Amino acid sequence: MATFLEEVNEKINGVPIQACYHCRKCTAGCPVAFAMEHNPNKIIKMIQMGMREEVLNSSTIWLCASCETCVTRCPNNVDIARMMDVLREIAIESKVPAKEKKILKFHEAFLSNIKSGGRINEPMMIVNYKLRSGDYFSDMAMGMSMFMKGKIKLISPRTKDMKSVRAIFKSTGA
Amino acid sequence: MKVSYYPGCSLHATGKEYDLSIKTVSSALDIDLREVEDWSCCGASSAHMTNFKLSVALPARSLIAAEKDPGDVMVPCAACFNRLKTAQYHLRRDESLKKEIEEVVGGTFHDTVEIRHPLDIFYNDIGTDTMSAKVRKKLAGLKPVSYYGCLLLRPPEICQLDNYENPVIMDNLLNSTGAESMPWSYKTDCCGGSLTLGKTDVVVRLVDKLMTMAREAGANCLVTACPVCFANLDMRASENVRLPTFYFTEILALALGLEGPESWFRIHNTDPRPLLKSLNLL
Ligand code: SF4
Ligand code: SF4
Repeated sequence: MATFLEEVNEKINGVPIQACYHCRKCTAGCPVAFAMEHNPNKIIKMIQMGMREEVLNSSTIWLCASCETCVTRCPNNVDIARMMDVLREIAIESKVPAKEKKILKFHEAFLSNIKSGGRINEPMMIVNYKLRSGDYFSDMAMGMSMFMKGKIKLISPRTKDMKSVRAIFKSTGA
Repeated sequence: MKVSYYPGCSLHATGKEYDLSIKTVSSALDIDLREVEDWSCCGASSAHMTNFKLSVALPARSLIAAEKDPGDVMVPCAACFNRLKTAQYHLRRDESLKKEIEEVVGGTFHDTVEIRHPLDIFYNDIGTDTMSAKVRKKLAGLKPVSYYGCLLLRPPEICQLDNYENPVIMDNLLNSTGAESMPWSYKTDCCGGSLTLGKTDVVVRLVDKLMTMAREAGANCLVTACPVCFANLDMRASENVRLPTFYFTEILALALGLEGPESWFRIHNTDPRPLLKSLNLL
């Protein structure tokens, strides 16, 4: 059986993460490191040590904002942003519950909104997110104010050829 | 000059004033925008964070739709710009992925369009000389910091827009209006992007830092080129540090003396009109 390191590297399909020499430049520039359970460099070490459960269970993989600062600055071209995508994919496939539930609920609401209209309708997407996450009351005043200003509308133009959009979701397993 | 236009979902909703100001400025510069027929969402962060194939297939569908009209496609949202460029990058390099995605999407990728951000088109095709020659109202006293954020510049080999640690094209465009763009070190720092609903406290902390640093640089407003950044800056900053935020196209329209700016400013969450009135610019 493949080790966790091999599994992650195969999915990254680029520079293997053992190219990292632990200079921590990625972590120094990461805007969200302050809120992460394990910083980006530590996640690399944990993968090398085979700590599959701990990595997939950590808040880090959900908090990464995909800002791409780490990979842009890494002297060894280790693509940590892609690594975080891969870790989220593995966590979803392995049905590991997300440590940051609301962030995953947001992604699910976002994608299900595209699946039903081809484009995002912001009020419907937000209602869907609130139903999934149970976070009913935040931003209510802001939402009302945007509605009054005509910024968000209940009905917005959708993609006409929805058959092709649905086919994309079906064949990518999303 | 004819250019295709991919507005993306935000510009039909929370980014309405970005859409309106781009169209107004483009028409004043004789850029004829034609919306890509039946485009679909690029999938944004949510697709690539959870499903790689979906994150290439969704933009590929719109790239193929845009190919009905080969040439440049203007993409104003930094997130859409990044996703479309990334998909194109993979499709150009990975023949087997390209085949697979073409099957998923049910179309052929001919690689006949270029994805371009309006900053690039206004700066490189129109130029700051033409811009300053068209200025009707010099924006004296306006001291913006340019905020580029993440997705216009990173990763650099995909985005290829400007210097990725110290970009200047937005600063130069703003300076061509008579505004005085202030130097600062936070041009490409992250605003938290799509974490805005799922992890609001992190976004507030990042946005407050940007506001604080903008103030320290002596700025009286921030200017962005992305509806996601705009929404975070305009809505998430704490009251004690908040500064007004503009789309760069709103600033251009104001300086060119075009119709519309006041009605766009009215729908900002942080009202920029008091600042502009105090500078006699409105
Ligand atoms: S910047 Fe690159 S080499 Fe340095 S610690 Fe991070 S991943 Fe490793
Ligand atoms: S992409 Fe993720 S891990 Fe890398 S610097 Fe940005 S937030 Fe941190």
